[in-house]
Amino acid sequence: MTVEVSSLKELVEQASGTSGSPDTQEYFVNMGPQHPSTHGVLRLVLKLDGERVLRCIPVLGYIHRSIEKISEHMNYMNCVHLTDRMDYLSSIMNNWAVAKAVEEAAGIEVNDRIRYIRTIFAELERIQSHQLWWGVLGMDLGAFTPFLYGIRDREVLNDVMEETIGARLTMNYVLPGGLMADIHPNFVNRVKEFIKYFRPKLDEYDDLLTNNVIIQERLRNVGVLSAQTAVQYGATGPVLRGSGVAFDLRKDHPYGVYDQVDFEVPVGTVGDSWDRYWVRVEEMRQSLRIVEQLLDNIPPGDFLVKKLNSKIKLPEGRYYSQLETARGILGVFITSDKKDEPYRLHYRSPNFNNLWCLEPMIKGDYIASLIGAMSSLDLVIPDIDR
Amino acid sequence: MDRETLQAAVCQLDSSIRPLEENADRAAVVVEAAALPAILRRLRDEPEFSFAQLLDHVAVDWIDRGQFELVYHLYSFKHKHFLFVSVFVPREDPRVPTVCRLYPVAEWQEREVYDLFGVLYEDHPDLRRLFLEDDWIGFPLRKDYQDDFMLDRPR
Amino acid sequence: MNLISTPLLAQADPASAGAAPSMERVPTVSERAAEALQHGIWGAAFYIVIGLVAVLIVVSVLGLVMSYIERKVAGHFQCRLGPMRVGPHGILQSLADGIKLLFKEGIEPGHGDKVIFIGAPIFSITATILLLAIVPVAPGIQVVDMNVGVVYIAAVSGIGVMGILMGGWSSDNKWSLLGAMRAGAQMISYEISLTIAILVVVMFSGTLRVSEIIESQQQGWWIWRGHGVAIVAFCLYLIASTAELNRTPFDLPEGESELTGGYHTEYSGLRFSFFFLAEFANLFVFSALATTFFLGGWLPFHIGDYEGFNRVMDILPPVISPLFWFGIKCTALIFLLMWFRWTFPRLRMDQLMRLEWKVLLPFGFANLILAATVVLTGLYFFPTAT
Repeated sequence: MTVEVSSLKELVEQASGTSGSPDTQEYFVNMGPQHPSTHGVLRLVLKLDGERVLRCIPVLGYIHRSIEKISEHMNYMNCVHLTDRMDYLSSIMNNWAVAKAVEEAAGIEVNDRIRYIRTIFAELERIQSHQLWWGVLGMDLGAFTPFLYGIRDREVLNDVMEETIGARLTMNYVLPGGLMADIHPNFVNRVKEFIKYFRPKLDEYDDLLTNNVIIQERLRNVGVLSAQTAVQYGATGPVLRGSGVAFDLRKDHPYGVYDQVDFEVPVGTVGDSWDRYWVRVEEMRQSLRIVEQLLDNIPPGDFLVKKLNSKIKLPEGRYYSQLETARGILGVFITSDKKDEPYRLHYRSPNFNNLWCLEPMIKGDYIASLIGAMSSLDLVIPDIDR
Repeated sequence: MDRETLQAAVCQLDSSIRPLEENADRAAVVVEAAALPAILRRLRDEPEFSFAQLLDHVAVDWIDRGQFELVYHLYSFKHKHFLFVSVFVPREDPRVPTVCRLYPVAEWQEREVYDLFGVLYEDHPDLRRLFLEDDWIGFPLRKDYQDDFMLDRPR
Repeated sequence: MNLISTPLLAQADPASAGAAPSMERVPTVSERAAEALQHGIWGAAFYIVIGLVAVLIVVSVLGLVMSYIERKVAGHFQCRLGPMRVGPHGILQSLADGIKLLFKEGIEPGHGDKVIFIGAPIFSITATILLLAIVPVAPGIQVVDMNVGVVYIAAVSGIGVMGILMGGWSSDNKWSLLGAMRAGAQMISYEISLTIAILVVVMFSGTLRVSEIIESQQQGWWIWRGHGVAIVAFCLYLIASTAELNRTPFDLPEGESELTGGYHTEYSGLRFSFFFLAEFANLFVFSALATTFFLGGWLPFHIGDYEGFNRVMDILPPVISPLFWFGIKCTALIFLLMWFRWTFPRLRMDQLMRLEWKVLLPFGFANLILAATVVLTGLYFFPTAT
């Protein structure tokens, strides 16, 4: 059997065969790589009939940095620092994923303090990621104001995290074997202040977008993704939960201290964009709950179990570790050949897998629905390309 | 089902399935390339396993052995268990049947592996490069990839 | 009988005394020109030049002022300050932007239709200038006051869409074309509702001349006197004019997050600024017309025959009073439209069309019939003294 390898040009030429009635003409249009709603450099080749999307072909690679190849020439301590350039809105969780993989493979046990702090930061980061997403969704649907409201509240949280971490976007905090620094003395109080500040803001979010009739019209029954399709197309995170599959690694395979806190996993029913929207807004509330429960009980201890030198050597074998970022499952697959550098390091990025739900979701729908549905997927393009 | 029992149970399915010899932290089996789609279908459909999701698909270039290892990460929401299915294909002629009829997401995961390793997926509906340009020469994640212009080889 | 009616009349008279200067007709610019023509061509030419220059100055000043206001309003809605750097509180910002636009290169798309491409912005701004000519700011401050004013408004406001269609078509860009087609469908549809809403007022006042429509509101603005009918008509007018102006929630032709700018994607420099000016001048024109039709134009705020209150309202000298009242009503409406824009998300194309043809239009027609009943039975509030 011969295997044919095609190209984008051939694909577009094939697909451009005219069909349908003689008085309409289907045409192709490039959405991206520079487009206000693709949030970065995602390029979608759309086949349109009027405003209806007949095909949606994602073209990737505009921000491909080959992190996996670079990591093959780096030791494990260095690999961590590349990960926060993937999904820059879940950078701490990305760090944690690598740290978790290395710790599990090398058999390093971290103390309770580290686990508490990691969990708190992961949840804070989930909140700030969802804050940005919330604003961007509003902007995609034509309301510019929510974006600045989202950013405003994210700034407050960023300030709190900056005090400890020193960065605002690509936060490097978690290392294999612990953390880079201990939390700032003000941290606990400022997080408490933030929670007090943000709770009423969430209600304001509801007033501005959630209860807005236009938003509901734009999101309800748009981009419906059935549970079966979501599973088959590899969706995870809020996308999968929006489709009604109650799967959350924090509950199903607890890591950190998630098994010691009380929280709920919001699950949608229909699987439309509205459900995904609602799941994320609700997740912010749950994350606040988790942080609140942990904040007062951070146990004393070291922030690094032992000073690891850069030469961590993992035993030979294949190791897989995963955790739930703000967008879904981030898996780290390490193949080690007993050296201090990974033989092969692969990231299962949540956005890469979530992206493919787009075409089944919006086939035959309007461009405007495509924007809404894409926004409800909450894609971060550097994470797709890696 | 814990790791060992799962691995043993999967090996019971077919005589061609054997456990992975190397160390792995999850249940791991090795299958023949030709038998892959059939075995994955059974793993997906049989209620005992019900691996509903293909979480990931990774290739590893074992250049010393002259082989590519293709790892399929399967996950079952029902039983919450996890399985590595490995296929070893020769480096000179890396071919494997596609599984994207079973798991639609495999279409793109396989395209990624094709793009970076040059593994050819038979019967794939749309085998194209995913990240790199269509006229890119070579497969960058192979261990012997040389590109003097783009890649500074480490010492 | 006389004994009883005299005090009533005496009470009613002062109510309209404040607006006395508007009772005697002050000739408009075009009337002055026509009168001067009888004495010689130069006098007429003088008035024509005055009128043209006035309109041109008004258009450009409107563009500058309105864009500044828009940005300030948007800024404060979004918890930020808006322009602050150029001049005190950024008042020179729009001037600086205007100068920048003047010096920018006017790029023409290579395969576009050059003639139409260059003509489109001129068409667009011409329509606006033609509309501006009939806006009654104060008695006499009006370029033309023709006896078929309302018909003229309906006719000329339809030209604006031509400019947009031409711009979108000639840009040789599919996004522009999509935007233009959306604009065509949207503006032509909403024009119907707009006209129906104005017709209600025409029925109430029994005239098509805009200055007479204002005069007919001496006894009370139509929005009060026309019961619910006029209020419904006013709402219809607001919605339809928002759609005519292509402002959020009806900004689909631009639809930045969908169409990357819509019909003016390919425009730059001065040509873009023409579209921009036309847009802002239109914002003023439609608010001014709403003021004229529903809010009594330049007339001060009176409540029936509450003499004391009305006298307080008439406190301004007769020269300033019309300008003040017109300005305040118009500004309030402009602010309202800006409020819409910075709060609401955008509708989808099919929802937009459904709103017009299935909701607004039936409502509008029903309202028109109701208005006819009101007029026939004379059921206004504050019936005229005659």
